[in-house]
Amino acid sequence: MAEFTLAVKTEELSRVYRVRRREARGGPREVVALDRVNLEVKRGELFGLLGPNGAGKTTLIKILTTLLTPTGGRAWVAGVDVVANPWEVRRHINMVSGGESSGYGLLTVEENLWMFAQFYGIDSKTARRRIRELLEVVGLADRARTKIYHLSTGMRQKMNFVRGFLTDPEILFLDEPTLGLDVQTARTLRRFIKDWLREHPDRTIVLTTHYMHEAEELCDRVAIIDRGRILACDTPQGLKRRLQREAVFRLRVASLPNPNAILRGVRGVRRVAHAERDGHVELQLVLDDEHALMPVLAAVQRANGRLLSLEKREPTLEDVFLRLVGRPLGDGHPQAQNQAQAQDPGGPR
Amino acid sequence: MALLPRATAQESWRSFKTAAWLGWQIESNWTAPFLFAVYSIVKPVAGALILVFMYVVVAQGGLDHPLFPQIFVGNAFYIYVGGVLMGVSWAVIDDREHYGMLKYLYAAPLDIYAYLLGRGVAKAIVSTIAVAVTLLFGALALGLKVSPARVDWAFLLVAWALGLLGLAFLGVLLGGVTLITARHNYYIGEAVAGALYLLCGAVFPLDVLPKGLQLVGQALPLTYWLEALRRALLGRGAGALLAGLSDAQLLLILAGSTLALALLSTAVYRRAERLAKARGLLDMQTMY
Ligand SMILES: Nc1ncnc2c1ncn2[C@@H]1O[C@H](COP(=O)(O)OP(=O)(O)OP(=O)(O)O)[C@@H](O)[C@H]1O
Ligand SMILES: [Mg+2]
Repeated sequence: MAEFTLAVKTEELSRVYRVRRREARGGPREVVALDRVNLEVKRGELFGLLGPNGAGKTTLIKILTTLLTPTGGRAWVAGVDVVANPWEVRRHINMVSGGESSGYGLLTVEENLWMFAQFYGIDSKTARRRIRELLEVVGLADRARTKIYHLSTGMRQKMNFVRGFLTDPEILFLDEPTLGLDVQTARTLRRFIKDWLREHPDRTIVLTTHYMHEAEELCDRVAIIDRGRILACDTPQGLKRRLQREAVFRLRVASLPNPNAILRGVRGVRRVAHAERDGHVELQLVLDDEHALMPVLAAVQRANGRLLSLEKREPTLEDVFLRLVGRPLGDGHPQAQNQAQAQDPGGPR
Repeated sequence: MALLPRATAQESWRSFKTAAWLGWQIESNWTAPFLFAVYSIVKPVAGALILVFMYVVVAQGGLDHPLFPQIFVGNAFYIYVGGVLMGVSWAVIDDREHYGMLKYLYAAPLDIYAYLLGRGVAKAIVSTIAVAVTLLFGALALGLKVSPARVDWAFLLVAWALGLLGLAFLGVLLGGVTLITARHNYYIGEAVAGALYLLCGAVFPLDVLPKGLQLVGQALPLTYWLEALRRALLGRGAGALLAGLSDAQLLLILAGSTLALALLSTAVYRRAERLAKARGLLDMQTMY
């Protein structure tokens, strides 16, 4: 096994996508997907990349897994330069993307997995044992002999998840591994990820997600990424500690037209996010301190907003994100507005 | 020998072997073996019958005309072009678009070049069945005179193997082109196979083509391949244009062009791969 202490290191890593004129259709001709990213992931870490849609998470994973060349900067995986020596990198890694149903439909679950193990040079006996164990974990054991065109999308995703762990990689990249899975399954997979790392302390996992609680629950350290830039990188505790002096409130108001305009000007208000929920307006506020609350309530009253409830909360990563980015996590994409919370499977409510 | 410098021989071999297994599963995994058998017999025989129909009815040729066996044999072996050439080049796009697996293959310690050749093996096997069935049908039903005692088996085997290798390499080359041109070019393999069909003398001897096309035909390795196969099977080749070449010269041309294709396809594929990585095309989904 190779000697390295940093599983991943990037130096000013950048990626610009050039869009052909014909395809741009008047839109931007260039998209900066990664903007001078500097990261270090230590061996043995469970490292999370948290960011909204289009933040650049997948782009980063693709570069690290040798599928995409960066347009600037450098990156090393297992101490090996991903551009100069992709072959060596591939011997150390594996990768799983969530939310897709890839696989050879004519092969059974077992055959799909066995074949992949072959590509990695794992002997058949070991492969079959691992396949059996892992399918058991994800609850797919009874489908081992089913051709995968008979499987649901979620089941295929579970199979892909198994494929990632099957080869016992030194560094495993999971791109939104629980995307689109039901609550129960997502929970099972998260638990498995944690257990696996506990049992294999020299392995490293780099995981991307736009689920707050997933990052919070799983990761040793989290990098918050938005529009290609890393805004902060720390333990979940460390990130939340940044909000310690600030106060986080949740207000529900019967109706409030244009809350941003009403509250932005109020002194002591750092960030405001709002969402329409069940016919009322829910406000998420990051305030300088508790003293700022009175002027906020006064402003709401002036605008004829009727207060339904008021709650002071411990800061979550969601608040950290709001504080850093200036908009809530679900707002990265116009269509995604308010959906992050609606989709959020089983987070602390 | 490793096909790419950084893959070890062991890695290349297991990529090849496993891909051959996968290819075979895809080719033969029909719900019923009976269907598979029917398919691999009916399709080539139907193809042969169409040809015979055109020859006899449309062109008013006789089955005892010396040209007939030449046409029939050339056409039979052309099945390999559709099978191996297109099978290999199509595997790239199929893995990317249909199975969504190309990116996982690329993130694995897998020699993609060996992998693609491996995927071609199953195609070669299935095509061989079809070719054999066609020839058998020709012999039994159409009076095609191929007597096993007079076939030059060694010549046949060497020419056949060189040709298949060449087709596989050409398939890899086209696979590379497909990888980067995406979108509208899925059928590039088919287009190439169609053009070659006309130019390499599969149906008409080169002699009947206009001078310009003759030159193109003479530049194609496939032309010499079919000529060699005809000579090995039937005892003589088609037309006067290639008659001046000795058997040894034919084999030499074949060996040289196969080697050239091996080198060229490696170069083209690598370049395509580099471009695909730069443009983010390895996991592109353009077909839904
Ligand atoms: N092949 C491409 N061509 C052009 N632009 C691209 C391409 N791939 C990604 N982008 C752009 O790069 C940016 C980052 O995309 P990326 O897929 O890395 O985001 P992400 O964080 O993974 O988002 P999501 O949560 O939606 O998966 C986006 O603005 C996206 O539109
Ligand atoms: Mg993504």
